Amino acid sequence: MDIYNFTTLTHNIHTGLAQSFAPWLATTIEWVIVGVAYLLFVALFGLFLVYAERKVCAAFQQRLGPMRVGKWGLLQTIADFIKLLMKELIMPRKADWFLYNLAPFIVIIASFLAIAALPFAPGLQSMDFDIGVFYLTAVSSVGVIGILLAGWSSNNKYSLIGAMRSGAQILSYELSVSLSLLTMVVFAGTMQFSAIVEGQRDAWFIFSGHIPAIIAFVVFLIAGTAETNRGPFDLAEAESELVAGFHTEYSGIKFAMFFLAEYINLFIISAVAATVFLGGWMPLHFGNLESFNHVMDFIPPVIWFFGKVLFVIFVIMWFKWTFPRLRVDQILTLEWKYLLPINLVNILLMALVVLTKFHF
Amino acid sequence: MSEIREVIIKTDKLATDKYQVNMGPQHPSTHGVLRLLVTLEGEKVLNVQPHSGYIHSGIEKMCEAISYPQIIHLTDRMDYLSAHMNNEAVALCVENALQVEVPDRVKYIRTIMDELARLASHQLWWCVFGMDLGALTTFFYGLRDREHILDIFEETCGARMTVSYSTPGGLMFDIHPNFQKRVKDFIKYFRTKLPEYDKLLSGNVILRERTEGIGHLSYKDAIDFGVTGPSGRASGFSCDVRKHNPYSAYPFVKFNEILDHRCDTLARYEVRILEMYESLNIIEQLIDNIPEGDYAVKMKGVLKLPEGEFYQRVETARGEFGVFIVSDGKKNPYRVKFRSPGFSNLFALNNMTKGHKIADLVAIMSTLDLIIPDIDR
Amino acid sequence: MKSFIEYIVSIFKGVWTLLVGMKVTAKYFFTPWNNVTQQYPENRDTLVMFDRFRGEVIMPHTENNEHLCTGCGICELNCPNGSIEIISKSIITPEGKKKRIIDQHIYHLGMCTLCNLCVKACPTGAIVMGQKFEHAVWDRALLTKVLNQPGSKIAEGVKE
Repeated sequence: MDIYNFTTLTHNIHTGLAQSFAPWLATTIEWVIVGVAYLLFVALFGLFLVYAERKVCAAFQQRLGPMRVGKWGLLQTIADFIKLLMKELIMPRKADWFLYNLAPFIVIIASFLAIAALPFAPGLQSMDFDIGVFYLTAVSSVGVIGILLAGWSSNNKYSLIGAMRSGAQILSYELSVSLSLLTMVVFAGTMQFSAIVEGQRDAWFIFSGHIPAIIAFVVFLIAGTAETNRGPFDLAEAESELVAGFHTEYSGIKFAMFFLAEYINLFIISAVAATVFLGGWMPLHFGNLESFNHVMDFIPPVIWFFGKVLFVIFVIMWFKWTFPRLRVDQILTLEWKYLLPINLVNILLMALVVLTKFHF
Repeated sequence: MSEIREVIIKTDKLATDKYQVNMGPQHPSTHGVLRLLVTLEGEKVLNVQPHSGYIHSGIEKMCEAISYPQIIHLTDRMDYLSAHMNNEAVALCVENALQVEVPDRVKYIRTIMDELARLASHQLWWCVFGMDLGALTTFFYGLRDREHILDIFEETCGARMTVSYSTPGGLMFDIHPNFQKRVKDFIKYFRTKLPEYDKLLSGNVILRERTEGIGHLSYKDAIDFGVTGPSGRASGFSCDVRKHNPYSAYPFVKFNEILDHRCDTLARYEVRILEMYESLNIIEQLIDNIPEGDYAVKMKGVLKLPEGEFYQRVETARGEFGVFIVSDGKKNPYRVKFRSPGFSNLFALNNMTKGHKIADLVAIMSTLDLIIPDIDR
Repeated sequence: MKSFIEYIVSIFKGVWTLLVGMKVTAKYFFTPWNNVTQQYPENRDTLVMFDRFRGEVIMPHTENNEHLCTGCGICELNCPNGSIEIISKSIITPEGKKKRIIDQHIYHLGMCTLCNLCVKACPTGAIVMGQKFEHAVWDRALLTKVLNQPGSKIAEGVKE
C-alpha cells in the first residue's frame, strides 16, 4: 500500500528544506528534527515500556499493578520520572568523578545509536546502511563499556561485582546474538535492514526458513534477553545478591538513564527480532491467498511493526517473571556449551538449506 | 599508577586480592537485619562470619520481670512465623511444671494451629526462596495462599501473626464456628495449588542447576552445629520433635518424618515442600475429630511455678524450639532461656558456603529459613 | 555418542521444564478476574473485620452513658507493657458509705501489644477489643486515650 509509505513524505521535507535554506543549514535542521523525533520517541516509548512492564508483571502475579495516578495508573511512570528528575544527585566521595558521570551517557548513547538503524515503516528509517545488521550488533555492545565504567567508578564492591558479571555476560552473548543474526543474513543474502524486510514480502523468515530459522529465533531471544541484562540473566543488578549491581550508587536522573537504557535495549532487541525473523513492518502474507494478503495490507506497517515488537517484548517479560536467575558460571556454561555449538551447527544447516533451496 | 603497572609487568598477571563485603544489616536477601561479613575472592566465598545482635530485643531478660501468662505475647515476637508453636512451648512448659492436664480438645486445636502455622511459614519460605533466586512471581503466589491461613488465624485468634492463642492451661478463645469449614476449604484449595509450586519452581531446570550439590551439610556437621528442623532433616538427621518427643495431639496422628540424605540445597527445598503435604495430612486427620469439651482449664489468677527447672521443646517450622524456665517459686521466672532453631542453623552457614559463589550464599541462606528476631531474641 | 545423546536430551528436558513454568504464569496472566489485589482505601465500606479481630481496647458505653468498669485494676495488673493506668477516686454513696470508683481508665495504645490479657482478665467484661485498625495519628499524645467517657458512671447491678 503506497499510502502508508513514508518515503515521499521524507523526500518532500528534504527537498523543501533544501530549496529554502543553504545546504549546510538544511542538513543541520534535518539532523535536529531527526534527533528530536528519536529523543521524543525513546522517552515516550521508554515510559510506556516501564508502565507495560509493571502491568504485565502485575498480571502474571495476580495483582493489579499501578492504579492510583491517572486512569488505571497510566500517569504513574510520568510521575515517577518527575520524581527522579527532582531527586538529589548523590555521588560517593571517593568515586571517580569523570567516569562516574560519563557512564550513564555512554549507556544511553549506545542505545540511541542502535535505534537509528531500525526500519519502523517503509521510508521511516534514519540510516539505511547496507551493513545495517553489522552496524547494529557493533554499536549495541558499546553499552557494556558504560556499565563497566559505572561499576568501576562507583567505588563500591557490589557495583564492581555487578559490572564484572555484566562484562563477562555481554561479551559472551554478543557472540550468540551475532551468530544467530548471521544465520539469517545467510538466508536473506543481505545485511541491509530494508532489504531484509523487503525479502519477507511473501513469507516471514521464521516461516520460510523453517527449522534453522526457528532455532536461530529461539537462540536470539535467549541471547537477546541476556544482552539486555534482563529476565533470568539479570546478574549485573541481581537484587537479592548485589543490592542493585552496577547502578547501586546512582541516584536521580543518572539512575533514570540506566533504567531508560535498559528498556530501550529491550526495545532494540525486540525490534531486531521482529525485523529479522518476523518480517519487520511487512504484513502477514500467505503465498496464494490474494484476498487475505490484501486485507492484511490495509493495516499500516507501523502497526505491524509495533505489534510484533510488543509481542516479542511480552515474551521477554514472560521469561523474566517466570524463571529464577542463573548463576554467573551457569550463564557462561549456557553460552559456551549450549548456545554457541547450537548456533554453529545451525549456521551450517542454514547454509545447506540455502544451497539446496529447501525453503519456502 | 606506575607502581601498579610495574606489578603487572613483573608478575605477568593481574594482581588479585581477597576482599570483604558487609552483607547487611540492610541488604535485600538477609530477610531483615542480619549482618554477614563475607570474605570473597572474585565471586568465590571464602568465609562467612555472621554478626548477630543488630536487632536484639532482650526478650529473655524481659521475661524475668513479667508473669507466666504474660510471657506468651513476647514469644509471638521472636519467630513471628511460628508464633503458635512458640506460644505452645511456653504454655506446655508451664502446664508441665504445674502438672496440669489440658483437655483433648485443646490438644487437637493446638496441633491444628501448629500445622497451619507451619504451612504458612513454609509458604512464605517458598516464596522468599524463589525471590532470592530471582523468580519474583513466586513471592506473590506464596503470599496469596498464605493469606487464606492468616484469615483463619484472624477469625479464630483475633490476630494474623502475633496470635497469642495458646495460654497456660488452654486457649485464649474457643475456635470460631466457621473454623472447621474454613480449614477444610483451605485444604481443598491448597491441594490444587501445591502441584503448581512444583511446576513453577521445583521442576525448573534453572532451580535444579542452582541447588543440586550446593551447600553440602553433612550428617555429622548437622548434629555438631545442632541444625534442626527441615534443614537438619535434609541432612538425614532425624530430629523431628513431633516424632521423637510427641506433645499435644501428635501421638494421635499418623505422619511421616521427611528425611533426605542428599544434604544439599535441593534436599532442603524438597523436604519443606513435602512437609507441606504432610501438614495437610495431619490437619485432615484432626479437623473432623475435634472432641467436645472445655477450651481451657480453670487456672489460678496468679500462676506460681514450683521451685525448680523446667524444659519443654517443640518443633517449629524452623526446627527445635526449647523453653527453659528456672523458677524460684515466685510469680515471675528467675531465668528464661529460649533455644531458638534459627540461631544454631545460622552458624552452620560458614561451613556450607565455603568455596561457593555469592549467588549460592544467598540460596543457601534462604534454605536455612532464617528469621532474624528468632536469632536476636 | 552416548554422552552426545544425553546432551541433546538434557537440552530438550530443560526447555520442557521451562515451558511448564511458563504455562503456570500464563494461566494467571490470562485470567485477570482471579486477581487478589484489594484496593484498600476505596473498599473501606465493604471491608469488614472479623469480630474477634484485636484492633484496640475499648470500653463500650450504653445510651445512658453507663459502663461496666468498677475500677478494680485487674487489667492494669495483667498488662505486660504497662499500657493501662487506672486512676480511681473516692465518692460517698447516697447511703453514706465511702466507695472507690473509676475516675480515668487511661489506655496507651502506642505501648499496647494487643495480647488480649486485660480483656480476658476483666471480671465484669467492661473492656473489649475493638475492630478499628487505622490508628495513624499526627501526634504521639493522641495515642493515649481515656476509655471511660466524661460524665459516665458505672451501670447498676455490677458486682464489685
